[in-house]
This record gives sequence, C-alpha cells and structure tokens, in this order.
Amino acid sequence: MIEDLRPWPFRIPATYPRSVAMFQVRIHGRGGQGVVTAAEMLSVAAFIEGRHAQAFPSFGSERTGAPVVAFCRIDERPIRLREPIVNPDAVIVQDPTLLRQIDCVSDLRPDGYLLVNSAKSVEELGLTEVAARLAPGRLVCVPATEIAREALGRPLPNAVLLGGFAALSGVISLESLATAIRETFSGKVAEGNVAGAERAFTSVRDQIRRPVLAQAG
Amino acid sequence: MLKQVEGSRATAEAVARCRPQVVCAYPISPQTHIVEELSQLVKLAELSGCEYINVESEFAAMSVAIGASVAGARAYTATSSQGFLFMVEAVYNAAGLGLPIVMTMANRALGAPINIWNDQSDSISQRDSGWIQMYAENNQVVADLHIQAFKIAEALSLPVMVCMDGFILTHAVEQVDIPDQEAVDAFLPPFVPRQVLDPEHPVTIGAMVGPEAFMEVRYLGHLRQLEALQVIPQVAAEFAEKFGRDSGGLVQAYRLEDAETVIVALGSVLGTIKDAVDDARDRGVKIGVLGITTFRPFPAAAICEGLRGARRVVVIEKALAPGVGGIVSDEIRVALAASPLFQAQGAPPVWPVIAGLGGRPVTKAALRRLFDEAINGRLRSLTFLDLNSRLIEAEVGRLSETPAGRYAEQRLQDIGVVAAEAR
Repeated sequence: MIEDLRPWPFRIPATYPRSVAMFQVRIHGRGGQGVVTAAEMLSVAAFIEGRHAQAFPSFGSERTGAPVVAFCRIDERPIRLREPIVNPDAVIVQDPTLLRQIDCVSDLRPDGYLLVNSAKSVEELGLTEVAARLAPGRLVCVPATEIAREALGRPLPNAVLLGGFAALSGVISLESLATAIRETFSGKVAEGNVAGAERAFTSVRDQIRRPVLAQAG
Repeated sequence: MLKQVEGSRATAEAVARCRPQVVCAYPISPQTHIVEELSQLVKLAELSGCEYINVESEFAAMSVAIGASVAGARAYTATSSQGFLFMVEAVYNAAGLGLPIVMTMANRALGAPINIWNDQSDSISQRDSGWIQMYAENNQVVADLHIQAFKIAEALSLPVMVCMDGFILTHAVEQVDIPDQEAVDAFLPPFVPRQVLDPEHPVTIGAMVGPEAFMEVRYLGHLRQLEALQVIPQVAAEFAEKFGRDSGGLVQAYRLEDAETVIVALGSVLGTIKDAVDDARDRGVKIGVLGITTFRPFPAAAICEGLRGARRVVVIEKALAPGVGGIVSDEIRVALAASPLFQAQGAPPVWPVIAGLGGRPVTKAALRRLFDEAINGRLRSLTFLDLNSRLIEAEVGRLSETPAGRYAEQRLQDIGVVAAEAR
C-alpha cells in the first residue's frame, strides 16, 4: 500500500523463525586481556566460513583490570537482534577470578558450553555444580595464559582460548580461526597466537574425548 | 568489497570512497573510531586529495567545515552528544548558508548526568536546525546512506546528518559491503559548488538579512527541505538500482500487510523490533513495522500512507521531551490529523513509548510485553519501557510528602541552610 510513494518495488524481506540456529557466545575477561578483540576474531572466523556474525563489546568505561564482557552472535542468516546476549550457547571466561566476582554462568543454556582459562580442575575452581547442570564434556578448563606465555611470550589468553572454543563447540574450524588471527595480528604475534590456539585446540579435544571414551568403556 | 568490519571503520571507508576534500573533527566517544580511521586513511594516502584538519573543538570542526564548503571543497565531519551541542551555533549557520556538508552523528545521550551510552537525544534536539537527518538501521545502511548523503546534500545545497546509534552500531563488528571506488565515482560526481569564495571574484556569503527579507529566506529554506522529500527517494532509487541495496529512502515498511498494530521507530532498534514482530506474527498477531529513515524533512505523506491500515500505532522513541513525552509520536499525530487519508474513518491512536535512554538495552522480551499491552489496550498515555520502578519509588514518595510550596526550603535544608520561618 506504500508502493506508489516509492520509485522501486517495495521488497518485504524473507521472514523465518529466528533464534533457531543462532549461536550466541559471551566472553568474560578483564580490561587488557583482549576480550573485545576475541569477540571480533570469532566473528571474523565465522564470516570467513560464509556465515553472518555480529561482535560487540559491553559498552562502558573500560579500563585495565576491570571486568569486561564482549559478545558474538553467529547465524546462517542476517542478524538483526541488538540486545546484549542473555542465555548464551557458550561462555568463555578469560580470568577465572571473575567466577567469584560476577555471575558469568547462571544463564548459560543447559545444552551450552563453558570454557574457562585455568590450569586448575573443575573441582578446584568450585564449578562442580555448574558441570553437573551441563551435558558431559561441555565444561572444560584450559591453561590459556600459560600456553600464551610459552607460544607468544606474553600472557594474553584471548586467541588461544578461541582455539579451545573451536574444539569444544565445533562452531568454527581451527583453519578459519587461524585466518582470522592472521587478519587481526601480523608477524610473530600472529604466528604465536595461531600456535597457541592450536595447542589449546588439541588440549580441549583430548579432554572432551576422555568422558566419551570412559562412557564407551 | 564484503568484509567483516567495525561500524566505525565501515563508516570511515564509505566516507573515503566519497572523496571528501576536507575532513575536520574533534574526537568524542562513540564517534572516535570513525575520525581516527579517516585520519589514518589520509595519512597513508589511501584517501588522497583530502586535508585532515585537527581542530580544537567541535565548534571549530563545524566552523572549518563551513569555511571549507564555501571555498568549494567537499567537507565532512562527525560528532556526538555534548560535542554536537558545543557546535550548535555553527550547525545552524551551515544550514542557513545552504552548505552541503555531511556529518555523521554517533548518537549518544546528553548530560547531565553524564552518560556516554546511546540514545538519540543529541540529533533529535537539533531536528529544526535545517539539516536533513537520516537514521540507519545497521552498518550496511550506514555505509550506503553516507554515499547517498553527499549526493542529496549537493543536489539540494543542504547539509545532511547521518545518524548511527553510538556503540550499538559504531562498535559492532558485522559484515558490510563497502562499494568499490569506481562504482561510487560513477554514482557521485565531483562536487560542483553553487557559490564559491574566490579572491579573484570577490563575493559576500552570509550577509546580514533584515526584517524586509528574513522571513522570505526562511520560507525558501523550508521549500528546500520539502524539495528533499522528492530528491531523497530519487537518490535512494538510483542507489538501489546501481548497488542492489535498499537503504530506506524516506520510510521502510516491514510486514505491514494486514497489520492492525504498527510499530514506528528510528535507527538500530528496528532490527530487534523486526525480530520481535516475527515472533508475534508466528503467534498470529497482525503486527508490522514502519521504520523512519528520513526524519528531517518529516515525511508526513509517506508515514500516513504506511499507517493507512493501522488500528493502533506504537512509536518507540530514544529521546524524551521532558514535560511533554514523545517527540516523533507528536509529529505523527499531527500528520495523521491533517492527512486526507484518515478524514473518513479517523486517525488511529498513537502511543508514545520512551525506550533505551542512556544505553538501556531494548530487549525482545520487553518488546513482547509492550506489544501485548498495546494489543490489549493497556498502554498508558506515555510509556517508559523497562522503567525500574523500585529505583524511583523512594524519590517520588519523598517528593509527594514535601508540602506544596516548600520545595525551595526542602532544597535549602538539603544543603544545610535553614530558611527563615515566617511568624
């Protein structure tokens, strides 16, 4: 009914039930850990795979050491939603001390994934109850800061953790993550991060195989 | 080229494709990344033939843009919030002098209290400054509207403000197709100014106009704005034909067929609204969306046409007129009342909803509650979406306990001064 006002045919975009296939990731960390960059790299990796992705920070007065949150949505279709992510499909915690400071996980979907940057075990981190709420093999700890220190020479866990996330969720491939890392960084920093991401990928893959094998045995 | 890119960077690259000759800006959150990126493009000579001018304030930014424009240069600046308010005097001059400056507004709340987050109070506050105002739903539209903005501005000799929601769009990384240089060059020819300050041929631009002609100058400025209602759809059509993308032109319709309830909004909140409307449609609710892309000039006819079949209209606004309520909704009411389309059956009721002030997220859950209230006739004359009543109850209670006429004494007591008692 509005066509006559417009010089070209009015297109009604295709409509479809949304939030069916959308995968939503929330990343918690501290200012200086590359939380926002991690969400961006994740979105670039999804984009490389031909999907739609929307990365955005929790907007605030960020400063070094303060809790920071960033978000990434991945979908096969264009993403229109602009609200902060609640009920995420995956949560990545870059600093485990945040688990005692803010609520990172209570709204995580029961079929979701939780990846924590820590050399400690689930029990040592006090996450036994959270693990019980999730499906087997969905909560994994990986010592990303230590891996980054060795692979990169700096304790920056963000790209390394994404390698773990690729293994844990299967949402992005390690190859497209490596491409995204190389688009974000250059030279030795890029290669160190790619190497660290690969190590975290292997570490997480080995961890999530174990419960499956245990069940099979 | 299609790429995954931050909204600010996409904006800067789209502006660079338009070959501005002068970029002058003062950084302010959330606009900063746009002008940082442009300064880098100039420095790296990826944007050639352009002078990037560091200025000492937003007032200087607009003043330099005015100077550049009257000297015949294609001029661009960007700002936000308090910075925009600081340049307002020059903002009116740019419009009054008919200078085709393009400015990005990274929409942000106005203080006090200070708040760096998004709403649209800044650009809405200067809706009558004589600038064309266009609001973008996503970063693709932001990029595309900037390319159209220069063409519209130069066709009409009027300044154009492209409004993008601060942080929500400026800091969102999503895929944007930045048009190729050749395609933009073919769409947007070099700037040919209508009037130029040239020492070889001295003229005066900006003379004083007294009571004998000022009204006429203003009237002609009004006519020029109305002319934009024809030019904007033409430019939008040409852009859609050449680039294959619809940027909204004056207004955009979404699922308006048989819609009894129509949600009207501007900017990035339209995306979340469309998702919420899809969900409602799945539940059998006859609901649709009318997005306003061009707010100035006000596309009254296009809006009335879009609302023709509506039984109720809900206007979601990211700005508040204190002591009044909605701003966009009031303008829509006036347009509906004056439209011949509604003479027979009467205009549908218009419900203003103030939402998202100072960065308060507008969520799908809140929109669903809002839609339900609207459909069941439970909306009040003015709604504040997701207002935390617990936060305000104590203060409102205290206000009601204060006897009328003693507000001043109450305030004096608050600062420790005892007012003289009348005996």
